[in-house]
Amino acid sequence: MTVVLDDSKHASPAAAFARQINFSVVVLAVLYGAVGLLQPSYLEPAGAMNFLRRAAPLAILASGQVFVLVSGGFDLSVGSLVTITVIGGSMLTANDPSKTWWAIGVLYAIGLVVGLINGAIVAYLKTPSFIATLGTLLSVNGAAMMWCGGAPRGYLPDNFRMFGRFMFHDVPVVKVFPLAVLVLAAVAALAWWGLHGTVFGRRVFAVGDNPRAARLAGVKVETVRLGAFVISALSAVTAGVMLGGFGGVSVDVGLGLELQAIAACVVGGVQLMGGRGTVVGAVAGALTLTALFTLLTLLGLPQPLKETAQGLILIAAVAFGAWRRRRVG
Amino acid sequence: MSDAGALPSPSVGRFGLAAPLLLFVGSVALYVGVALWTGQTKMLEAEGVVGLLQRMVALGIVAIGQTFAILAGSIDLSVANLISVGAVLASYVMQGRPEMMLPAVALVIIVSAAVGVLNGALIAWLQVNAFIATLGVGLILQGLLSASFTNFAGSVPKEFQALAYGGWGGAPFSVIGLFVLAALASVVLGATKFGAHLYAVGGNVEGARLAGIRTDFVTIGAHVACSLTAGVTGLYLASRLRSGAPWVGRDGVYDLESIAVVVIGGTLLAGGRGGVWGTLAGVLLFASLDAAFNMLGVSAYPKLVLRGAIVVAAVAVYAVRSRDLVA
Repeated sequence: MTVVLDDSKHASPAAAFARQINFSVVVLAVLYGAVGLLQPSYLEPAGAMNFLRRAAPLAILASGQVFVLVSGGFDLSVGSLVTITVIGGSMLTANDPSKTWWAIGVLYAIGLVVGLINGAIVAYLKTPSFIATLGTLLSVNGAAMMWCGGAPRGYLPDNFRMFGRFMFHDVPVVKVFPLAVLVLAAVAALAWWGLHGTVFGRRVFAVGDNPRAARLAGVKVETVRLGAFVISALSAVTAGVMLGGFGGVSVDVGLGLELQAIAACVVGGVQLMGGRGTVVGAVAGALTLTALFTLLTLLGLPQPLKETAQGLILIAAVAFGAWRRRRVG
Repeated sequence: MSDAGALPSPSVGRFGLAAPLLLFVGSVALYVGVALWTGQTKMLEAEGVVGLLQRMVALGIVAIGQTFAILAGSIDLSVANLISVGAVLASYVMQGRPEMMLPAVALVIIVSAAVGVLNGALIAWLQVNAFIATLGVGLILQGLLSASFTNFAGSVPKEFQALAYGGWGGAPFSVIGLFVLAALASVVLGATKFGAHLYAVGGNVEGARLAGIRTDFVTIGAHVACSLTAGVTGLYLASRLRSGAPWVGRDGVYDLESIAVVVIGGTLLAGGRGGVWGTLAGVLLFASLDAAFNMLGVSAYPKLVLRGAIVVAAVAVYAVRSRDLVA
């Protein structure tokens, strides 16, 4: 203990500041710096904005996932929700732009129902969320395939796709400003307020830290869990609408996104099994992963080796974070 | 270790024998019921039952290993990728030559054990979260494998195919092997010091450390056991498919499915309680479901929807009575 106290007494202000900032921000800066060295256009405002646009879906998923993780659970169903959002979007609109808003409403309703089902299974049927959301992952994927008969067809109308690809032009300083970045900023701000600025957010932390103590303190644990899963599901629909504007309609658009979102949160310092984490960390973690993907693409690694590098860096980042936590406490 | 006797024995899950037994009876009832209802009574004869048991082998072997990892309070997401590595290595080294069988098997075992040590060391010594450590190791393995092989590589000799297709008097070697492995695992968990330590570490890692248990060795041991079963599953798949391809593990979703059957079998996801017989009952449920869907002629996508719902229902049936708060 004395060592720790001495350390903090004599630590320079710089070191004290370093302790405050999220570790993934440092990793992000290093990775993004490397990206900028290889491709200087990323350091210009337009390049940076485009980077943020491509990071937006994962960052939105992470800002929803963080609620479930902090409450002590997992949400593995988000990838399948992204898939059903994109496929459902193309089925519901059937190339008719006038149906876009109605379709988006229906998709959010689907997300709400899936979130409620996840939450209800965990809270009332006492089933571990890993299994509950794995079950909904299978079911929602199956439902998406049934909906489109196994082979998605058609295109999303342009006004559906604008969330992923529309740019505001002639904006001061940055020149172009993607709508996706605006949505990301709004979602992240809302999530930040929800987790760190409301009574509900405090309860999410309390439930994740010690559910029994939270219940004894009068927190309705079931309601809090339900809320966390609904937030995660709605963020998945938002990410799905955005990804619909990125590429074509396909059955594997959401494949593996759930593990990426969880990995992003963990890189951002969110603790699995609950009680600790921030929205800023989750978003920074998502940006870090995206910067990593970008860097690996720029380095021209063949696709399989990108996976290897991704695994190495994921482990290294988390190992370094754990080591740093042990040292600075 | 004075309370070693109070530790749950491996065959007794969280609700005594209730969960494995309930699952076993439910699975058998489902299989028999569907066979009778659809009039496919041939499925109830020896050949049909052996077919059902054979469906259990690949998932069953790796799920036994996953039980060790989860009991120790850890988890292993790298098994699917390691299965692919094992299958490809085996068939690539053998190249159809019987004299290369032993070296190939030895190589797969050594590689699997090394991956297990790596997983365990990352978790125990570098304190990397088990979810991330094994996810990362899985990505590393898959990347290296897919970069080196793009299709079925090599082939296994006839003699090696006996592992999947041979048998004694109607009982396939693979099914016998699965139950021998389960019995062995059950003895290790129930009657050895390592088994007792595994439950202790999974139940309360800090308590186990204070009781003088080398918790790091226990975690590494659990992961070595888990990775070894993944390697053996890879060998079995190479034997069954007559060759190995870099996608056989991922296509089988062995990572998430092995975790699902362990939890369905009554083992706590947080560790410390459960056992291999429950896991086998969970594997039987999955095999019966597949067989039942086939007999009923359910098409691929509704099958997926139903499977998801049944995974949840199978756990919920006994979890709902629990007073514990889960997440």
